[in-house]
Amino acid sequence: MNRARTTSLVALAASAAVVLAGCTATAPEAPDASTEPVSDGEFTLYSGRDEALIQPLIDLFEEQSGISVDVRYGNTAELGALLLEEGDRTPAQVFLSQDAGALGALANADLFAELPADITERVPQGFTSTDGSWVGVTGRARVIVYDSEKLTEDEVPSSVDAFAEPEWKGRFGIAPTNASFQAFVTAYRVLKGEEAADKWVAAIAENQPQIFENNRAVLAAVDDGVIEAGLINHYYWFQQAAEAGADNMRAQLSYPEAGDPGSIVNVTGAGLLASGADDADALEFIDFLVSSEAQQHFVDETYEYPLIEGVEAPEGLPALDSLLNPELDLADLESLEVTQDLLAKYGLI
Amino acid sequence: MSVIGVRRARRSGSRLASAPLALVLLAAVCALAAAIPLVYLVVRTADAGLAVLVDTLLRERVLRLAANSVLLAIAVTASCLVLGIAVAWVLSRVRMPAGRLGLLLTALPLAVPSYLAAYGWLVVFPTLNGFFPSWFVMTAVCTPYVALPVAAALRGASGDLEAVARTLGRNPFQGFVAATLPRVRPAATAGALLVCLYTLSDFGAVSMLRFQTLTWGINSAYGASFDRNQAAILALLLVVLALIVVAGERRTRGHVVAPAARPVPLIAPRRGLLPVFAAIVLAAPVVGVVVPVAGLLSRLLEAETIRTIDVGRLAEAIGTTLLLALAGAVVAVALALPIAALAARFRGRLVNAIESVGYLGHALPGIVVGLSLVFFSLAVVPALYQTVVVLVFAYAVLFMQKAIGSARSGIEAVPNGLIAVSRSLGLTASQTWWRVTARMAAPSIGVGALLVAIAVMKELPATLLLRPTGISTLSVELWNRTEIFEFGAAAPYAAALVLLAAVPAFVLSGVRGVAKEEEL
Repeated sequence: MNRARTTSLVALAASAAVVLAGCTATAPEAPDASTEPVSDGEFTLYSGRDEALIQPLIDLFEEQSGISVDVRYGNTAELGALLLEEGDRTPAQVFLSQDAGALGALANADLFAELPADITERVPQGFTSTDGSWVGVTGRARVIVYDSEKLTEDEVPSSVDAFAEPEWKGRFGIAPTNASFQAFVTAYRVLKGEEAADKWVAAIAENQPQIFENNRAVLAAVDDGVIEAGLINHYYWFQQAAEAGADNMRAQLSYPEAGDPGSIVNVTGAGLLASGADDADALEFIDFLVSSEAQQHFVDETYEYPLIEGVEAPEGLPALDSLLNPELDLADLESLEVTQDLLAKYGLI
Repeated sequence: MSVIGVRRARRSGSRLASAPLALVLLAAVCALAAAIPLVYLVVRTADAGLAVLVDTLLRERVLRLAANSVLLAIAVTASCLVLGIAVAWVLSRVRMPAGRLGLLLTALPLAVPSYLAAYGWLVVFPTLNGFFPSWFVMTAVCTPYVALPVAAALRGASGDLEAVARTLGRNPFQGFVAATLPRVRPAATAGALLVCLYTLSDFGAVSMLRFQTLTWGINSAYGASFDRNQAAILALLLVVLALIVVAGERRTRGHVVAPAARPVPLIAPRRGLLPVFAAIVLAAPVVGVVVPVAGLLSRLLEAETIRTIDVGRLAEAIGTTLLLALAGAVVAVALALPIAALAARFRGRLVNAIESVGYLGHALPGIVVGLSLVFFSLAVVPALYQTVVVLVFAYAVLFMQKAIGSARSGIEAVPNGLIAVSRSLGLTASQTWWRVTARMAAPSIGVGALLVAIAVMKELPATLLLRPTGISTLSVELWNRTEIFEFGAAAPYAAALVLLAAVPAFVLSGVRGVAKEEEL
């Protein structure tokens, strides 16, 4: 019974702390042991992000802090489903998520403990949770990817509205079951209203886009010349360029104009699970994720936007503030179900 | 528990007899293991409530997903039956150059996970998508499930009746259809059942080739909306489809009393026909193995960053995969044997129900079975959660039907006369089982174990959910690398996985058995 053992260990450590504190003359008042985080030198992390990306960061953290991290890698959706299934019996203390949607779903299920303000304050409003249930770690911009052999940069639309026009019929691809696409459609609804969103989705469906399972598949299809353009997240291109060589990339990126729903920035983030509420090691790790060292790692390895001050965005990307949409609060993107009903209404999912 | 209605099958020619209570109980317990996912799905669906259930099932999209699943399953099963029987006939009746090699090639697609086969095709033809490519790839990957057992049955079937048919003026093909086809029917339908259930539950190929089936819907319910209840409703729909398939197979299964096998003279094909026969045999291996592997290799060469292979890690993954496959096969066979023994000798509603439940796991995508065991183990044996014990048990639940079918046909083939003789010599029922039935059925039981082992090696979603933190199989490592588009780093794991799974596939092909026969 893992949990029972953990609980008794915590209790033991807590009572030891009380005794020690009582013995010290300079600290006449014993701290309230039940709310003070306790360190036992280890914690368990569920990572919805790739091992190749996260493990170097974990190694660094372990070396610096002396805390050992048990990491379980999986994809965000599966780990989210796993955490919902495990409920308060989860062996994990921290969840690192690929997208804000999963964090929101877990927060709605009351699985997270509130994070201390000194952690959440480091990330600007608009890129993190509004209630401190989780913290944003990196930013991901929605972009248009296009086939540079068939289109010039000028011919690429500056707004996603263009794809609703008849001239784009059958020429572009989307991944409508993908969380990032649905977040974008949700943003469209929030920014332009339900009626406009309904019209846009109807016109898109009418335009017979090629349907893909995920962003990577859209990118691959553009890079292979199967479709002329597609809607994806920015870093997929950078990652593939790093693997295949930037010069070998037929697909190129274009950034929709600021204010367009097609240019929203979504975030990855981390949350402290309720079972880890008193775990100082787990907190220290989340603190580390929003340190300049970890943020720089994400910039160098994944080409994502850093979210704290003092760390520069990857080269070649428009400044993050230029993409920040003041009219959009990420918390508003929680109405995924309405979006899915809308996409289902026109047969896109 | 009542055993009323459980009767010894009439076709055995013996008096009607009730199944021993102990066997029924044992089989029922094993079936309960396979029913865990069903319990979980019912709990989740109840959680959703009737209104959501009805609303979900009536959504146009859900109906379309279900129709697509059914369409693909029927198409793949039909084409696998035709191609599989044709391949088996060529391999066992025609004098082909390098005939044994043909048998080995026929088994090879078993070693290629469906997602890998689809991926390899997409590398070569990136525009592929929808029904026809899915049909194509799934047929190639699944044909061995029909071809191998039918080829084995043909080798065992006497050619006497075919000779009779030919003296009555039939050509070799007509003779085969009239005299031999009915004899391989049980093997063919058992194989077709595996194909059909596998196609219903497959997510790897259809997700790559963008054909939206129920498994696609289930995955997007988890992935996009974190709606476990909706996923459960869709999975339950899949279960209903699977039960219809299992019931259908039982009606058409048929039964043969194995006659004394006598070698059939091989036909020397006319010159012009040789390429046709070769094409029949090579179709599935080329589509299911050669093209995908070539596609992967080309991506490997394209990748600029071929990272050095971490040999230690690769070796560890191979070791873990082997041990899990072995353990999974042993447990799956242990759970399957009582069910197979019961279904082989007795009939009745209860027996049918027990056998059908045994097939459930295979009709469900791995993620559903995985989550159901998370639910189950946390509720019942939390100490074992995220240990190898639960993982191996999950493999057994997922794949025990692969062992049930072949073990059942093996046990059925043991002549009742031999059992009667054994009993008359004073051996008890259980002594007879171990000394006669189990021994004679051992090759068929072994075939089931190998099929399970191959499936375990390729399994991904349940492994991801249930493995002990820090343990990786080849398919997990492969997933790790293809997720981030590191084809250079993924290739050694893909190669190791296909090679490792090819070993049991090689044994399954019966190449060694054929070699022995030829030496006699």
